[in-house]
Amino acid sequence: MQKEAAIREPLILGHKTYHDVTEDVCRPIEDKAPKMWYILFGIALVIGLYGVGSIMYLLGTGIGVWGLNKTIGWAWDITNFVWWVGIGHAGTLISAVLLLFRQKWRMAINRSAEAMTIFAVFMAGTFPLIHMGRLWVGYWVMPIPNQFGSLWVNFNSPLLWDVFAISTYLSVSLVFWYIGLIPDFATIRDRAKKPLAKKMYSILSFGWSGRAKHWNRFELVSLVLAGLATPLVFSVHSIVSFDFATSVIPGWHTTIFPPYFVAGAVFSGFAMVQTLLLIMRKAMGLEAYIHTKHVEYMNIVIMVTGSIVGTAYITELFISWYSGVEYESYAFINRATGPYWWAYWSMMTCNVISPQLMWFRPLRRSLLFTFFISIVVNIGMWFERYVIIVTSIHRDYIPAAWSMHFPSHIDIAVYLGTIGLFFVFFLLFARYFPVLALNEVKTILKGSGQSYKESPDYHKHH
Amino acid sequence: MSDKVLYVMYDDDEALKHSAKNLVSKGVKISEVFSPFPIHGIDPIIGVKNTRLGIMAFLYGLIGLTLATIGMRFFMVVDWPMNIGGKPNFSYLENMLAFVPISFEFTVMCAAHGMAITYLLRNKTLPGMPAQNPDPRTTDDKFVMEIRLSENHNITESDLDSMLQETGYLELDKKEIK
Repeated sequence: MQKEAAIREPLILGHKTYHDVTEDVCRPIEDKAPKMWYILFGIALVIGLYGVGSIMYLLGTGIGVWGLNKTIGWAWDITNFVWWVGIGHAGTLISAVLLLFRQKWRMAINRSAEAMTIFAVFMAGTFPLIHMGRLWVGYWVMPIPNQFGSLWVNFNSPLLWDVFAISTYLSVSLVFWYIGLIPDFATIRDRAKKPLAKKMYSILSFGWSGRAKHWNRFELVSLVLAGLATPLVFSVHSIVSFDFATSVIPGWHTTIFPPYFVAGAVFSGFAMVQTLLLIMRKAMGLEAYIHTKHVEYMNIVIMVTGSIVGTAYITELFISWYSGVEYESYAFINRATGPYWWAYWSMMTCNVISPQLMWFRPLRRSLLFTFFISIVVNIGMWFERYVIIVTSIHRDYIPAAWSMHFPSHIDIAVYLGTIGLFFVFFLLFARYFPVLALNEVKTILKGSGQSYKESPDYHKHH
Repeated sequence: MSDKVLYVMYDDDEALKHSAKNLVSKGVKISEVFSPFPIHGIDPIIGVKNTRLGIMAFLYGLIGLTLATIGMRFFMVVDWPMNIGGKPNFSYLENMLAFVPISFEFTVMCAAHGMAITYLLRNKTLPGMPAQNPDPRTTDDKFVMEIRLSENHNITESDLDSMLQETGYLELDKKEIK
């Protein structure tokens, strides 16, 4: 058993036993779903289906249904793609990077954050797929021997790097998540009373037994996967940023992009985790496990990564002037003062100013304020991608080609649809899956649980 | 040959570890421990060797890196040297930097999936397998030690019973296996 400093706030509040942890996590799955769940699920499903319908219409008609034109050939599709991939960066960061740093507070949030990651990457993947227009030939992005002669995909292209990065990230995150879920499914299986539930969780739990040897392997597999996933997290968003950085468009062609995109991704991912968890902990009665301290830790991550993003914005501005390249300078002056000034200043306010408020302890420990800021950051990070993409290309080299982007209703419907589908997936997860890594939480109960930390024996053995 | 298996249940991980240490020092062979979460420090006591899955992950990663290198060299240099902006790929090394991202991704993909599949196969945990734990409570808050009489020839059953009695277990379950 690991002990920690007495002044460190306990991570599990109240007088919980191992059995209480099981009860608290399994009860919402075993009980009937509350009415609110059905209402939310219904709303999310309707929005999601609207999105699916719009995608079908898009596939049947062609991507001309988007509000793109000759100058602005990339707009909401890639904006949404990068936004979702960014959101999908928190889960694996929490489970992998924080595991390597032995941060115990991650155990209460990693399961749901990873679920969020996987669903967000699903949504992200939708955009490049439908962007192909002919979805049914999507497998052409793979180097498959074919009848067209020596026709291979271009391994020099960042777009192909993206294919490999996103598919590796999605599949490795899924495996990491599922390996952690197996023992927890076994717990639900062994408690299940209804035959159907028992059968389903029995299949899902793969016959997990909890033998010492299996736990020994489990811990090593988790560690090695964390070690592999950590550089993976950084590589994926670096590669996403290469989609822009390797081009020759002023405003895109910058070397700061990879670190700046990674910091932005972590920033937006944690904001989404906050949005979801602040509701989930309340709805599922998990306040003892995900409490103010956890929220504060995440707010500190938001503050730090928000500061990195802010520094990157200002560095970009400085370099555009310092480069002496007039096209480069113009791209940035145009961002701040051109027709898209409102998008630029929304981004600046949401992403640079709002996280700085987290320096104040009462603010970063306020749940209501955190919820508000998390929404603000989500909006700000969408605008960041919109600003980078649309404002950089809407002023072409020839003024005759200057243009503006107006989203069509299909643009909006597909975007809203992915948000709907994301919540459909997340609500199903919250209903049927253990939302807390309960077996991991049990390992820190004696080291970080309130009743254990307050007992007179806790510091005796030092 | 029939065998008798003793399932000794404890309600605390420290209690199980303590008594396991005690029993092993008296020469009892503990064949298995079932617990709801990993008990740190139990492996050396009951003689569980460290897993070699880490080495396997390294080897799978090496396979991935090799495949990616061979593949990209064939596609981009040998079979069809793609000429981009008047800059064809004459040799793998000259163009290696462009191949770094995919080499890395493919290495990670092979290492992670190879290790995960090996892990599931070695554990014999696969979809639809029946539960192997002796008591459903071992995935909740109970800790069970499995002792087989066939592995403890030099100790009689009654001796073992009294030794176990001293450890203060919660429940003792005996099963005949044919």
